Amino acid sequence: MKDILTELEDRRAQARLGGGQARIDAQHGRGKLTARERIELLLDEDSFEEFDMFVAHRCTDFGMEKQKPAGDGVITGWGTINGRMVYVFSQDFTVFGGSLSETHAQKICKIQDMAIQNGAPVIGINDSGGARIQEGVASLAGYAEVFQRNIMASGVVPQISLIMGPCAGGAVYSPAMTDFIFMVRDTSYMFVTGPDVVKTVTNEQVTAEELGGASTHTKKSSVADGAFENDVEALAEVRRLVDFLPLNNREKPPVRPFFDEPGRVEESLDTLIPENANTPYDMKELIHKVADEGDFFEIQEDFAKNIITGFIRLEGQSVGVVANQPMVLAGCLDIDSSRKAARFVRFCDAFEIPILTLVDVPGFLPGTGQEYGGVIKHGAKLLFAYGEATVPKVTVITRKAYGGAYDVMASKHLRGDFNYAWPTAEIAVMGAKGATEIIHRGDLGNAEKIAKHTADYEERFANPFVAAERGFIDEVIMPHSTRRRISKAFASLRTKKLTNPWKKHDNIPL
Amino acid sequence: MFKKILIANRGEIACRVIKTARKMGIQTVAIYSDADRNALHVKMADEAVHIGPPPANQSYIVIDKVMEAIKSSGAEAVHPGYGFLSENSKFAEALDAAGVAFVGPPVGAIEKMGDKITSKKIAQEAGVSTVPGYMGLIDDAEHAVKIASEVGYPVMIKASAGGGGKGMRIAWNDDEAREGFQSSKNEAANSFGDDRIFIEKFVTQPRHIEIQVLCDSHGNGIYLGERECSIQRRNQKVVEEAPSPFLDEKTRRAMGEQAVALAQAVDYASAGTVEFIVDGDKNFYFLEMNTRLQVEHPVTELITGVDLVEQMIRVANGEKLTITQDDVKLNGWAIENRLYAEDPYRGFLPSIGRLTRYRPPAEVAAGPLLDNDKWQGDADAGPVAVRNDTGVFEGGEISMYYDPMIAKLCTWAPTRAEAIEAMRVALDSFEVEGIGHNLPFLSAVMDHPIFIRGEMTTAFIAEEYPEGFEGVELPEADLKRIAAATAAMNRIGEIRRARVSGRMDNHERKVGTDWNVALQGASFDVTISAADSTGATVTFDDGTSLRVQGDWTPGDQLAKMTVDDAPLVLKVGKISGGFRIRTRGVDLKVHVRTPRQAELARLMPEKVPADTSKLLLCPMPGLVVKLNVAEGDQVQEGQALCTIEAMKMENILRAEKAGTVSKVNASEGDSLAVDDVIMEFE
Repeated sequence: MKDILTELEDRRAQARLGGGQARIDAQHGRGKLTARERIELLLDEDSFEEFDMFVAHRCTDFGMEKQKPAGDGVITGWGTINGRMVYVFSQDFTVFGGSLSETHAQKICKIQDMAIQNGAPVIGINDSGGARIQEGVASLAGYAEVFQRNIMASGVVPQISLIMGPCAGGAVYSPAMTDFIFMVRDTSYMFVTGPDVVKTVTNEQVTAEELGGASTHTKKSSVADGAFENDVEALAEVRRLVDFLPLNNREKPPVRPFFDEPGRVEESLDTLIPENANTPYDMKELIHKVADEGDFFEIQEDFAKNIITGFIRLEGQSVGVVANQPMVLAGCLDIDSSRKAARFVRFCDAFEIPILTLVDVPGFLPGTGQEYGGVIKHGAKLLFAYGEATVPKVTVITRKAYGGAYDVMASKHLRGDFNYAWPTAEIAVMGAKGATEIIHRGDLGNAEKIAKHTADYEERFANPFVAAERGFIDEVIMPHSTRRRISKAFASLRTKKLTNPWKKHDNIPL
Repeated sequence: MFKKILIANRGEIACRVIKTARKMGIQTVAIYSDADRNALHVKMADEAVHIGPPPANQSYIVIDKVMEAIKSSGAEAVHPGYGFLSENSKFAEALDAAGVAFVGPPVGAIEKMGDKITSKKIAQEAGVSTVPGYMGLIDDAEHAVKIASEVGYPVMIKASAGGGGKGMRIAWNDDEAREGFQSSKNEAANSFGDDRIFIEKFVTQPRHIEIQVLCDSHGNGIYLGERECSIQRRNQKVVEEAPSPFLDEKTRRAMGEQAVALAQAVDYASAGTVEFIVDGDKNFYFLEMNTRLQVEHPVTELITGVDLVEQMIRVANGEKLTITQDDVKLNGWAIENRLYAEDPYRGFLPSIGRLTRYRPPAEVAAGPLLDNDKWQGDADAGPVAVRNDTGVFEGGEISMYYDPMIAKLCTWAPTRAEAIEAMRVALDSFEVEGIGHNLPFLSAVMDHPIFIRGEMTTAFIAEEYPEGFEGVELPEADLKRIAAATAAMNRIGEIRRARVSGRMDNHERKVGTDWNVALQGASFDVTISAADSTGATVTFDDGTSLRVQGDWTPGDQLAKMTVDDAPLVLKVGKISGGFRIRTRGVDLKVHVRTPRQAELARLMPEKVPADTSKLLLCPMPGLVVKLNVAEGDQVQEGQALCTIEAMKMENILRAEKAGTVSKVNASEGDSLAVDDVIMEFE
């Protein structure tokens, strides 16, 4: 009996070494942690329970039968993050370069199935050279099995991908279908085809970093939702994100003790809106000042900066924030910002996270670039996402809410629950100057008359009261009491129940 | 007494005058430009009159506009504050003509003291010590030697048209005087086309010490001790104190009596300041007289208990001084630090923008001002005083139009050492966000050994910070105190995190007691014990332990702690895996990790900041209005590369060195953020 127990310990020790000490050192040499170290930092201390430690591949081609390391290049199991259950897989680059074999895929599928069944998030740590070429189509089949489960899990449990090494070819499509992708600067990249193929096919010279590094995907492609300095920081921040998310779509978002008065008054917000309507201001100041403890987890910080998305807490409960950013492109909606916000709104709605919308939008960005790019359909995504969302929706218009963009930004007409406006709000079809030039086209030559008409228009429409008269605005609120008002609004919506008509699924303009 | 007074100024000094006027039961009238519509002085005053566009030369210093405001408001007196019209004799004349009282000296005194040559002449006649020198021009080298030996070495040989150090030589003997004369003359001829040369005494180890005088219109005059103002940056005072750590009673009296004599020589009637330069042997020489209230007057008020603004108003009302020279007692020590909206890490560049956070330390009343009832109702009494004269508020805007000084933070204590310590804590407690400011620099000065010893000269900043301010490094003992505090704070946050809803029953996360704190290149392994809601004991691996106490909770941006019973005040920000901590002039990233996290974090590569020497970065948020070069262009050092418009100011960015433009990333009309790459060089 004793020997058998010892043998288990020996086998475990062997499995824990993965591809051996030399490869572990090489992994460290690249500034990366090993698959197991990453799990250690992701989960609460000593909470990891492993599955399939002794799974080995079944390939006999190309001499593969001579190397059958235990675990087959991926570590899977479950553990807790601040006491809440999550499933995790972590690819081991020290074993066959983390390449995906049929059995490697089966291990991932097993925890995906369990996560869906038991209602807990899946966190995937990707560090893989790609398909196990020796296995051929078996490896491709493995990918597809994982993809299918990503799709089934979508909207059921949160799925988070960490890219902590290479992630190329078909492998990218598993993270692509998860809710969030985070990358590590300088040590991770993602692309469908690598620099060599790019050169052969298109004659483009590009480095792996330029083609698919963290900077590319957070700033240009928007494939990634965030990038971090190193593995340690990335794992700590994913823990922070998980604290905001419900474990599955049947649970309410988490609540935790908070140390911030919900009625906290911020006098300085009364001067946030500059005197000149064309002067920008930083919407993030408002987000930080209304959030519990000023804590804000931003999603896609570096992409389409004219709209801000991310998570805060109010009275300890998670709230998703969507806010126009007047500092960038005057906070207008365009293709990129509509896509970014639409996806975020749909995530929140899928997981019962209430949505706070802060509006200062002059309209949609004009131009051929936008129209040719299909701003009609992309803008419609955000409209669609807000309209279908059944979670609590509270909206505050701080300044401009012009034209169609007013409708889009969680307006009353899209089933907004609480639609507040600051006294500085201007809810109108367009700015005073543009409106005057259309209504009083006949007076265009007469600067004096136009100025008078503009002033009249401003007097009549550049305020929140016309909308408030019709009940499109529920209440005009003092900027300094914004935190108190929206906290109470969300508190009153905790019991909200709203369902859309039955359908197989909707047909959002993709 | 006047019923209504207009304050012809803005910012902190306008607020300061309003406070005293209100205490005296006088109505106040503020004036404001477009840029100050929502300013603090406008809110504080009983009424406010708009006087024009933002630039001071179209508003605050336009005499007609101020006169109009006086007329429309019916003010009977005008306090000019400092700067603007405070030393403008034409303004004083206009007030006289309108029958409105000027809270300041008579026109004649302003005129006489306003002229450098006249004032020096009057000073000499009144028996005031002036810098020895030859008033006339020097003919030749031998004449220079003769005059130099009469004045006494060392001497300063300087060009009449001189400036910026050009055409200036210091001579310590006859030979140097001869050579100095020749080289100054040549340099002056080449630089200014004017080779006239002067000689005067060169003052070694110069200090700037000034005497506060107070005179009435009945021939009474007193002095209220001195202020030490040697810590200056490019002639801009930064730190002042009263009394001076350098003067003895004999020198103080001599300076004070001469100052009063000078004031009386010009029939002075109001508060005024006589500035002296004092050398290492306590020889003092008259520099100039400021015929107004000085910026740094609070330190005098704090040690004498005299409200100078009140006295000025009473004198302007024709009252006799009720204080005699014998009544003036210098009690305790006061220090003033000027908070400037200037970024010390960017060469003290003025910084403008929105004050997203502005929370000065709480004012505490103590010392002579409290004894004399001048502080009644303003602040709670304490063992040391904290006073903050300010003209801004949280959510307010710092504009580019006016002086970048936004507050004067003063402390008073029975001794100098206690006043300095009180200032350190007050600076740590001062929260200013949204703009660059000099708080870290002030903290550094308060901890500088030369300042602590009181041995500063006017060259202090130029000599001690020749390359500008690059932050400070804290000694290990201070780092340990911060490490202990942040370890305790982090544990509070981690315990809270572990109490999130949705936990798996019986499998909760247990927050450990062993932590590693990494900061400023140091790393400490600590164990936390005896932790409760009021504090924790933090034991280091060398066996020493510190008791941390405080009521900090996550989200608090100011942690007022005590560590082993000594105060530690930290400004707390969030970073991944720890805190951004600012205190005592440092700005630190503090990582608090479990031992295992720390072990793995050590495997992470140290990332060197990207080399930006071949990039042109945008120094401020702004709009590209002009690009002067294109890709492939050769540029010379100093050549204009592009123009960025920020806050309606056009800033021309120039090449720091010769090179070739390899890439231009911005185009005209782009709006850029700080540090955006505008162009790249080969």
